[in-house]
Amino acid sequence: MRAIRHWTVRHARAFEWLYLAFEPVLLRLAPLLRHRRLEGPITAVERTIKGVLFDCQMCGHCVLSDTGMSCPMNCPKQLRNGPCGGVRANGYCEVEPDMRCVWVEAHEGSQRMRHGNRIRMVQLPVDASIKGQSSWLAVIRSKEDKRSAHEV
Amino acid sequence: MKFDDEPIPGYSLPILPGHVSPGRLERVLRAGKFAVTTEISPPDSADPEEVLKRAAVFDGYVDAINATDGSGAHCHMSSVGVCSLLTRVGYATVLQISCRDRNRIAIQGEILGAAAMGACNLLCLTGDGVQAGDHPEAKPVFDLDSMSLLSIARTMRDESRFQSGRSLDLPPRIFLGAAENPFVPPIDWRAQRLAKKVQAGAQFIQTQYCYDIPRLKQFMKQVADLGLLEGPNRVFILVGVGPLASANAALWIRDNVPGVHIPDAVIERLRGAANQKAEGRRLCVDLIHQIREIPGVSGVHVMAYRQEESVADIIETSGVLEGRVPWFPGRDTPTVTQRNQAS
Repeated sequence: MRAIRHWTVRHARAFEWLYLAFEPVLLRLAPLLRHRRLEGPITAVERTIKGVLFDCQMCGHCVLSDTGMSCPMNCPKQLRNGPCGGVRANGYCEVEPDMRCVWVEAHEGSQRMRHGNRIRMVQLPVDASIKGQSSWLAVIRSKEDKRSAHEV
Repeated sequence: MKFDDEPIPGYSLPILPGHVSPGRLERVLRAGKFAVTTEISPPDSADPEEVLKRAAVFDGYVDAINATDGSGAHCHMSSVGVCSLLTRVGYATVLQISCRDRNRIAIQGEILGAAAMGACNLLCLTGDGVQAGDHPEAKPVFDLDSMSLLSIARTMRDESRFQSGRSLDLPPRIFLGAAENPFVPPIDWRAQRLAKKVQAGAQFIQTQYCYDIPRLKQFMKQVADLGLLEGPNRVFILVGVGPLASANAALWIRDNVPGVHIPDAVIERLRGAANQKAEGRRLCVDLIHQIREIPGVSGVHVMAYRQEESVADIIETSGVLEGRVPWFPGRDTPTVTQRNQAS
């Protein structure tokens, strides 16, 4: 569904806003989400929503807000830090000639975003052992941990 | 330029203060000389003599030799194998590691092995996609990308540990490099992306083939404006050049080799020449002259695939070495230090 993927990148600023608005809601729901039994359904919801909107690959380590709302796991080389040197002159992919480069898209998306500069941060390699797990829950848990550490 | 402390071939140079590696390439660059590197085409063979024969054509003209790692996703002798053979006789090498074929376990092991064999420059690459090569059915790995590879290699060197955190007994003393292609989209992001590579650990850059001087000038200005050419963490930029064999060859490269940008004017110049091959080499010399004049450029990286024998002549004609004779086996009569080292 590349059409939808391109549409979300074109509206990267709106999605950035949506994500920022969504985060406190999730955090408030955090006590509820701690039930392990809910992990499956939440992951399924995340997979469906992000699958439709971003062609999400469920790497478990979501960086959409740092990559102009263009999912780097759709790059055939799964680059997480910018385009390779093989981008075609028309901005299309070296490996899949009929697909626009994921990182050309990411660059455009980032310029529409308020915190677009986050694309400059060096991303660490993906932890392959968490592939398929929910990023949303991971974000909530890490924020919760930070908050409780702060309180202690 | 001769080093007073040049060791006997196969041994490392002492590491100078402010340097990270015991290699000649870092010394030449930090001394402010215009450096020349080239790449060897690794044989489809297990013959060590073939590697030495292919290196000897560059004798006296290059400061380091890149050993490619399955370039164009084609299978050849490994980069570590080529580097090990070359460092044994004293050549300075640039080990290329691409992320296409190995995961982080293999790559980190390879960095240690290569460093133990005397390779002290590492070029961190993403690598061409497998579809470009002779084994398109292979599984692409890409566990790391060039950026995370740089940061892991730097951690190994500076913090003496693997990515896992487990510590190393002796860190690899390596000068870290990366590639950049200022000539393909997203054009206005390329300098910024270079900044990211420097942040991840890159100390030298070898660019893709340059046939577009105005674009290179613009890129170098952006790089300078970002402050990447100053200070202790500065980056040294070596611009990629190479002779084109003919107008048709140039057209084929433009259409089939990912990431090579060749303006129409270049192809027209070749087509108009009586001897296209000679014109291709003249063009290469002209480009080197123009590149030499661009502020902030530290050297050239000559890639002359299947025209390796032309590299010496191109560098000689360009005059960029200014009389300097880079080290090669047999250049020097042994010094007292070397004789002591040998005995």
